[in-house]
Amino acid sequence: MIYFKKIQTIFLVTACCLFIASCSSDKGSNPEEEGYEPTPLDLKVPVLFQQTISSPVIPEDNPQTVEGVALGKKLFFDPILSGDNTLACAGCHAPEEAFSDSRQFSPGIDGIEGRRNSMPLFNLAWNYKENFFWDGRVNSIEKQALEPVIDPVEMHNTWPNAISNIQSTSAYPELFSKAFGTTTIDSTLVSKAIAQFVRTLISGNSRYDQFLRGEIELTEAEQNGLEVYVDEERGDCFHCHGTPPNDLLWTDNDFHNNGLDEIFDDLGRGAATGDPREFGLFKTPSLRNLAYTAPYMHDGRFETLEEVIDHYSEGLVYSETIDPLMKAVGDGGVQLTKQDKQDLKAFLLSLSDESFINNPDFQKP
Amino acid sequence: MKKNVLLLFAVTLTLFACKDVDEEEVVNPNRNVTFNFTQNWESEEITNPDYQTTEYTNANGEVLTISRLRYLISDITFTDEEGDSTVIKGYNLVNAREGTNLQYKPSKKIPEGTYDLSFTFGFDEEDNIDGAYEDLTAASWGVPEQLGGGYHFMQMEGTFIDSNDSQAPYLYHTIRAADMTEEGLLLEDTSFEISLGTVTVKEDASFEIKMDVSEWYKNPNRWDLNVLNTNLMMNFEAQKMMSENGKTVFSLGEETTVEE
Repeated sequence: MIYFKKIQTIFLVTACCLFIASCSSDKGSNPEEEGYEPTPLDLKVPVLFQQTISSPVIPEDNPQTVEGVALGKKLFFDPILSGDNTLACAGCHAPEEAFSDSRQFSPGIDGIEGRRNSMPLFNLAWNYKENFFWDGRVNSIEKQALEPVIDPVEMHNTWPNAISNIQSTSAYPELFSKAFGTTTIDSTLVSKAIAQFVRTLISGNSRYDQFLRGEIELTEAEQNGLEVYVDEERGDCFHCHGTPPNDLLWTDNDFHNNGLDEIFDDLGRGAATGDPREFGLFKTPSLRNLAYTAPYMHDGRFETLEEVIDHYSEGLVYSETIDPLMKAVGDGGVQLTKQDKQDLKAFLLSLSDESFINNPDFQKP
Repeated sequence: MKKNVLLLFAVTLTLFACKDVDEEEVVNPNRNVTFNFTQNWESEEITNPDYQTTEYTNANGEVLTISRLRYLISDITFTDEEGDSTVIKGYNLVNAREGTNLQYKPSKKIPEGTYDLSFTFGFDEEDNIDGAYEDLTAASWGVPEQLGGGYHFMQMEGTFIDSNDSQAPYLYHTIRAADMTEEGLLLEDTSFEISLGTVTVKEDASFEIKMDVSEWYKNPNRWDLNVLNTNLMMNFEAQKMMSENGKTVFSLGEETTVEE
């Protein structure tokens, strides 16, 4: 009898626990109920990143969530943000081009071209200094996401108009409710959602990453190219593009004048800061995914990697703000041999990550 | 009875121990210490507007400007009159132009007293571990394995007027010296300890650590930028010379106390 009483008690307690747990779960999953919280989502940080570089930057007021990322992805691929509903973020940041644009300058909705090449989007959560765009004029991904919508040569819209259009759809208010607990949409929430999606765009599985993980061997040309990359007298690429094997971002996230022009028609960083010492400086782009991000430089002037390498080898020109790291400017460049150039190119291409551009999570929904 | 005696003994011991600790803290309370890093050229302070603009003349007569100055110090040490040392394990990467980490406030507190203050310029062999510090890696402070690995100690960059009267770049980068021999890389520790002299930790103490940049070009090796300007990381002898010159670069500046 005592035995049965015990079983009865255990059954009762278990039932109560299950009931309480289920109530609690219901309360959290319905956006319309008080206390709703979207589902936290951890970034998929590559193991090598975890081992060698600092944690990604995620703002406290915009944590990653399943619902926020899903909403951000939908917005990223939706032309609804543009003035005439024809141009999405993805129109100038295509997944197959590592979220850049193969055109030198991307045309906006009025057919007017911008003046800088569309920057690729990946590993932006590791931009520790949080200076975005080629000139670093905004200090968060959220703020970056705000600009193209109202830029007259890009989406040429107004935020009130964009918000009105999004608000009037049948789908978006519910998605915003799930992501942020409100059906009242504003530009801040739109930018937060897009930023959450952009932070998930992580690239860390290139041939070189696989080599570091011990999965493959580099070819002889790639290995030689690495030697050129780190050789002070030849490539000396590491001072701006990171030191292998630890710095896997392949950018210092800083600004340099890399000897492109004697006279600037674009002041770059200097236009953003007003400091003449920074005229002609631009953000160091990552060397990841170069196979997909042509053309190169802030103005897309070089169509091929060969042209880029030739620039550093023989094409440097002097200007007042040229970075001292362009140390061979007096000779026009570091004068690489033909073999060094080929090997360096092979190494640089080993930093491209095919699994990134084909990641199903990053494709148009 | 035995139990009572033991208990009394234990309580007495505890009380004495407590008294000792309290007295120690009352006599020599632990204090926060703060280090302020400043840079000058022969006593003329270098501030942000000076970078890329102000011209300096080095001991060899070359006119130069500075565009970037970053340096790392580690293991600040307080040594008391008995020779006992308290080491603040850790490092501080100063970016002089950008004004970051000009103030270093370690969490470790130092008991009031009189000490010899010293620190390591760069990382010594024990701490100069390739890839060990994520924040330094993120700050593009690493040295390629092919050049000896580990981290930079200093990056001083700029331009100078060369012997052809042309503007030329210099990259005065200091690292652990690496000699490319046929047997492989021969490494030599070129970090060094700087002794700043005697300091007094009274209240919350603040110490200025001054860098006279001109000393890097002066003593004991008069630096000729026309000969040694770039590609110095792979120059074993240049690294040793830079290390020698660095020993007169730092000095103790203003010593103050701040309210807690």
